[in-house]
Amino acid sequence: METDRPDGRTPNQLRPLACSCSILHRAHGSASWAQGETKVLAAVYGPKAGTKKNENPEKASIEVIWKPKTGQIGKLEKEYEMILKRTLESICIRTIYPNTTTSVIVQVVHDDGALLPCAINAACTALVDAGIPLKHLAVAICCSVTDSGCIILDPTKEEEEKMKAYINLVFPNTIVSVLPERSSQVGSEPMAHGIMTSVTQGAMSVDDYLHCLDRGRAASARLSEFVRKNIGPKSTWLGRMGFLCR
Amino acid sequence: MGLPNVSEDLSSEMEVDAFRRLFPLRYFERHLAESIRPDGRPLGKARETSIFLGAVASANGSALVKIGSTTILTAIKMEVMTPSLESPDEGCLAIDFHMPPICSPIVRPGRPAEASPVVSKQLSDTISSSKMIDLKELSLVSGKAAWMAYLDIYCLDADGALFDAALLSAVASLSHLQIPVVAMNDDGKIVLVSEEDGQKREQEPVNKEKRKLTLRSIPFSLTCILHKNYILADPTAEEESIMETHVTVVLDTSGQLISLYKPGGPVLAYTSAIQDCAALTRQRVKELKSFLDKANSAMEVE
Repeated sequence: METDRPDGRTPNQLRPLACSCSILHRAHGSASWAQGETKVLAAVYGPKAGTKKNENPEKASIEVIWKPKTGQIGKLEKEYEMILKRTLESICIRTIYPNTTTSVIVQVVHDDGALLPCAINAACTALVDAGIPLKHLAVAICCSVTDSGCIILDPTKEEEEKMKAYINLVFPNTIVSVLPERSSQVGSEPMAHGIMTSVTQGAMSVDDYLHCLDRGRAASARLSEFVRKNIGPKSTWLGRMGFLCR
Repeated sequence: MGLPNVSEDLSSEMEVDAFRRLFPLRYFERHLAESIRPDGRPLGKARETSIFLGAVASANGSALVKIGSTTILTAIKMEVMTPSLESPDEGCLAIDFHMPPICSPIVRPGRPAEASPVVSKQLSDTISSSKMIDLKELSLVSGKAAWMAYLDIYCLDADGALFDAALLSAVASLSHLQIPVVAMNDDGKIVLVSEEDGQKREQEPVNKEKRKLTLRSIPFSLTCILHKNYILADPTAEEESIMETHVTVVLDTSGQLISLYKPGGPVLAYTSAIQDCAALTRQRVKELKSFLDKANSAMEVE
């Protein structure tokens, strides 16, 4: 059952993650997120006054602009924009700043597979950096299914082209709490097991999909840990101290 | 005696309408608590569906699909083109979804609607993922000539679940598609043989007669709304705008999962909800398959 991967990873292993915040000066929040060679830069501006047409002025609205590495915006980019907008809307607390628009600009620096999850992670980190009120973070992961039914996490571009199917999944990040275990559960499952976003490509059986869910949940727990370390009170505190010292 | 009753009936009806407009979410939740929807449907039932093949005579294949009020018209035009170097033995499908201003108060003339490219991309992915059509079947001369099929899908009335109706319409028009006769002329180029020229038979036809595409496993989709603990199948536009979490499941006739599409939304989908949506979709696939078979057999009788 073991599949040899070209870069030597085990099926459940993610590529090395790298994340940095506050890298753009003009943006209210910015973040760069890399998974292996795939790299995305996200910038957040806002909340700015005013709401676009067809948006609800009683709530804060989010505008997403997706910039590919090369070329013009096509249908693929429009779809990514829509998915990103809906995902970010579901994690923001939109009743705090009514009649405002927050712009999220996503720039693809390099695409080596699993691009959409990388962009979602970058955008969430940028929202935190901008101080936008959020219910929780979202962590995104890509799972793929081989022809033999083996499940592989975080595929590269080369692996993606060989796969029978792959799924982009987004979960809420795991909660670390001093409250009892039961309080962060929804029914019989922890909140982190709920699917916020699911986008599939290729055909698979329903059982394969459910297996991918299990693998994705396990991987999202690791991603949550990584995010928690990199976006902690530490960086905020240091940032504030730097500001005061100036 | 009649007058007070009339005014009472009128005032109570006005009150219901006012409640619906002012508190739409509470209005719907009152119905959901009774396991019913404002239009009288149970939660898991889709709207009435009809398929009409051959709606456009000038197209090589066409279909008009209505699901409730949602109306989608698809027409296919076939053209001979030179295949790409990467796949010299394959033809091509180009799928475009249009939302003209006639279909919805939100859509304005000029700029394309925001939903158009998203549905186009979803349709292209779904049809290519399901491998419903063998693109090699569209090849004429390897490396030189192949069919290009342009699917133009028009939304005439946007009342929710656009992707479901668009996919059904595309599938129905592909099942209705007749590939025209072509011949090689003296220069070695492929030209269409119209029916008049066919009588002369000067040129040697490459295809002897019009033929239909072989469709393998056919994909069908069902969109559901998740709201608190409820799952509503086949939502209307009003339901879609009020309750924001949509899940679209696409299964094909062999039971494979082609797509599970949930673009965000405030409600999280757990494993039980996913399984319930898949079960509803399996039921819907059987229904739609029988509708499509009926429509095709009705065409053959004509």
